[in-house]
Amino acid sequence: MNPAEPIISVEDLTRVFGSLIAVDRVSFDVAGREVFGFLGPNGAGKTTTINMLCTLLKPTSGHATLNGYDISSQQDQVRQSIGIVFQDPTLDEQLTARENLQFHAMLYNVPASEREIRSRRVLEIVGLAERSRDKVETFSGGMKRRLEIARGLMHYPRVLFLDEPTLGLDPQTRTAIWEYVHELRQQYGITVFLTTHYMDEAENCDRIAIIDHGNIVALDKPDDLKHRVGGDIITLRPVDAEATRRELKDRFGLNGAILEAHADNSGPAGTHLRLEAPSGRTLLPQLLKGLSTEILSVTVREPTLDDVFLSLTGRQIREEAAAGKMAVMKDRIRIRRRARSH
Amino acid sequence: MRRFRAVYIIWLRDLKRHFRDRARIIGSLGSPIVFVFILGQGLGASFRFTGAEADFDYKVFMFPGILGMTVLFAGVFAAVSIVWDREFGFLKEMLVAPVPSWSIALGKVISGATIATSQGALMLLLAPLVGIRLTLPMVLALLPTMFLVSISMTGMGILVATRLKSMQGFQVVMNFIMMPMFFISGAMFQLSSAPAWMDVLSRINPLTYGVDALRSIMVADFPSRYPLGYDLAMLAIISSALIIISIIAFSRQQ
Ligand SMILES: Nc1ncnc2c1ncn2[C@@H]1O[C@H](COP(=O)(O)OP(=O)(O)OP(=O)(O)O)[C@@H](O)[C@H]1O
Ligand SMILES: [Mg+2]
Repeated sequence: MNPAEPIISVEDLTRVFGSLIAVDRVSFDVAGREVFGFLGPNGAGKTTTINMLCTLLKPTSGHATLNGYDISSQQDQVRQSIGIVFQDPTLDEQLTARENLQFHAMLYNVPASEREIRSRRVLEIVGLAERSRDKVETFSGGMKRRLEIARGLMHYPRVLFLDEPTLGLDPQTRTAIWEYVHELRQQYGITVFLTTHYMDEAENCDRIAIIDHGNIVALDKPDDLKHRVGGDIITLRPVDAEATRRELKDRFGLNGAILEAHADNSGPAGTHLRLEAPSGRTLLPQLLKGLSTEILSVTVREPTLDDVFLSLTGRQIREEAAAGKMAVMKDRIRIRRRARSH
Repeated sequence: MRRFRAVYIIWLRDLKRHFRDRARIIGSLGSPIVFVFILGQGLGASFRFTGAEADFDYKVFMFPGILGMTVLFAGVFAAVSIVWDREFGFLKEMLVAPVPSWSIALGKVISGATIATSQGALMLLLAPLVGIRLTLPMVLALLPTMFLVSISMTGMGILVATRLKSMQGFQVVMNFIMMPMFFISGAMFQLSSAPAWMDVLSRINPLTYGVDALRSIMVADFPSRYPLGYDLAMLAIISSALIIISIIAFSRQQ
């Protein structure tokens, strides 16, 4: 294959479920060795797109090729070219961790001499080496997820799909997995196609497609996407949001958006005013000097991908959903650990 | 060759799972044992056979039928495990792998038949308790016959699995397909005096030929319905048809 040719090429891909258009005439290319990310809220159509690309779901219309093969008419060749870590669990819980890996390696024709070496290596990476001979049934939610990822790394496909791969995993594990993915990419020229809710994970990508309601609303390098937002983000917490908003408009010509923020690491709950300004840091002192309405607190920061999404769609990607799921999983892991140490 | 490797891999996985679950292996022999030793004992007192001696032991008549039942239930159940695999997501792992989907279905048919035959073989250990003396040639004839019967059963199970959304529907399959198949097979009573409609159904029922073949092999002094060769030929035809249909249905569905 010509190296300049994209490894995935998608043209007007569409999938309809009843009256719902889950993926709406999506087109994009992914270059070989790229780490390509899909970022979007729940129900945006990320998984549906992946399912079509890996031949599990027939497109309603449109075309796509992967590794030069048509996803509709050359399914066998497409499947030879890919590996996937699904969003939902797909392990055999009655088998041990090691057996799940071995079974996968056999299905993907990994030579017998390599199977043992690789399964040890991937179990090491996801921190499950000690549990390799335990039935998956006895694993916690987070451990199952780690095994699932380990299995996806057992064979070295041309394209590796990762659907929300590290949801619910602790930061160390995520880092270890990412290091290994990058290593595989270096050594074997693997292309990675992932979907994620995590902004910091999205930063691992060479390019990101932001998807909403089945449409790609932006596609670019993470930094370039952030440059699309008008500079820095200033968040004010005024006493009277409406009055301050009007004053900013009249005196400074700035358009502030009123947000009902939830308590999170970016500040306390309550009504906020959000501004985008080319150089927020120098503007801020002037603002504070000039404003006559009362302000309780102020933050200035560089834009994140969430801001990009907000400015493109007027909504925030619900990262709380991800954070919530993760808290539950962590609790479960903690409870199991405690149970075992007794 | 690579394609047939997938058949082997799927077979291997199913067997590992099966033989690990000792409780289920023993448990699934429960109802055949109840049938033979309680129902067989009770019904035997009031049974009259046509074409055999008046004091012919009903339990001996019934035992090959119960072998057929064991194989029927074990075979269909093993194949319907595809529905579990779908629910637990593992089916996706197989479907997205670089193996043709017919090899998945074929792997399931063969693993199910192996499991069902092994369950039947376990039941054979009870034969002496009902007064059937097994010889080595008999066992060597019984095992492949049971395997052949099992293939029809697993083929049918795969077909059922492609229609079932969840295991909840299995109850319906049990009541409306498996139980009638069992009763219209001649496993429990002779079909010679059955009404015409039952006779017709029994002729398209693979278990009829299966039970008749097993009985011909095990019980020499009881008149069988068809010659053994005819039974085996019918089984081979029905099994092949079911394998082909179930593979097509499975591949279509994906
Ligand atoms: N099998 C299906 N039948 C009907 N509707 C479906 C099916 N699969 C997905 N959908 C719908 O298609 C839309 C897109 O779903 P999809 O799973 O692709 O979202 P997603 O971007 O992966 O979301 P998430 O972040 O929650 O995983 C949703 O509205 C969903 O309800
Ligand atoms: Mg999804």
